[in-house]
Amino acid sequence: MALKHGLAAAVLALLGAGGLVAQEKRSGLDYMTPETRAMQEDDMSNPGMLFIAEGEGLWQAPAGAANIACSGCHGTAAQSMRGTATRYPAIEESTRRPIDLAGRINLCRQTQQKAQAFPAESPELLALTAYVAHQSRGMPIAPPADDRLTPYRKSGRDLFERRLGQLGLSCAACHEGHAGQRLGGSIIPQAHPTAYPLYRLEWQTLGSLQRRLRNCMTGMRAEPFAHGAPELIALEAYLMSRATGLPIETPGVRP
Amino acid sequence: MRLALIVVVLLAAPAAAEPLRSYSIAGDAIVQPLTGHPGDASRGRTLLANRQASLCLLCHQAPVPEPHAQGTLAPDLSGVGGRLSEGQIRLRIVDMAHISPSTIMPSYYRISDHPRTAEAWRGRPVLGAEDIEDIVAFLVTLKE
Repeated sequence: MALKHGLAAAVLALLGAGGLVAQEKRSGLDYMTPETRAMQEDDMSNPGMLFIAEGEGLWQAPAGAANIACSGCHGTAAQSMRGTATRYPAIEESTRRPIDLAGRINLCRQTQQKAQAFPAESPELLALTAYVAHQSRGMPIAPPADDRLTPYRKSGRDLFERRLGQLGLSCAACHEGHAGQRLGGSIIPQAHPTAYPLYRLEWQTLGSLQRRLRNCMTGMRAEPFAHGAPELIALEAYLMSRATGLPIETPGVRP
Repeated sequence: MRLALIVVVLLAAPAAAEPLRSYSIAGDAIVQPLTGHPGDASRGRTLLANRQASLCLLCHQAPVPEPHAQGTLAPDLSGVGGRLSEGQIRLRIVDMAHISPSTIMPSYYRISDHPRTAEAWRGRPVLGAEDIEDIVAFLVTLKE
């Protein structure tokens, strides 16, 4: 009887979550053509791997007035950064606000290396972020059980579900209501940020999740949030909690 | 010079920021054309096929040649003229949310009150009354 109640409660909890009840969680990878999948899965043909190599160089290069490299403090990334990307965004202790991986790298650059922050979407920041995230490839997304993140995840979810822009669309309208269907020729994925920074064939380069979110907002005819805006970090915090368990793929390839 | 001017005019095209005309809804239809006269079906066909301009084929399929793949988010428009009356089609383009508040179909003839509407689109409908009438005139011809 208790078990029955427990099951019923679990089912209700799932339904109440309003999330992906009807369909299984799927990475955008699952919706791609075999050709694009193969491109991602073979390191020799994945164009994102060039950025990983560049990121490795940056990891080892002394920088800033302090003239120290990332590796000077963090050692071998394969050990020290293993699993890091599965836990971001995380609360940054000095501000007690969530920060994304690229923001954390830039903060370290400023406070430890005494160097200038890399500009948003610069090749250096993308390469270094991708290199760090790549150390978690294959590991399941595991957002921290930090209660301080709860309000940010909540506001990220509110944003995900809010109708915006001239067309009055929300993220959820397409990515939950119509995932797997086609917008023009493009299959709409479930919007799990498993593979960022990723190489988008349409961009012909590596790009961040924020670039993707801003593109989507432009398509909705909404004013995109600025790079680094707290709204985009909150949205990422929600999306990562929603994607819990899916493996990190960085560097992903997408059409 | 002439060409540059035309490009500028095209870019500014959504600017046809004429005030919205009033219309009346009867049941689930707007019986009278927004412009007071019937649209041009041939122009409507061209507009519908241009997904940058009308957006229709991003979500719908329709029996028109179009170089890009057509969307599958919304009902196929083939035969829509047989399933719905002209007035029903008109209201569904003008303000589908009036019929189904949870729809993802944008209200094409309404000033968006949604947050963060980009400046280029603020204060204007997705399409003007003439454009909508042209598309209605084309859609009613799709009988099968």
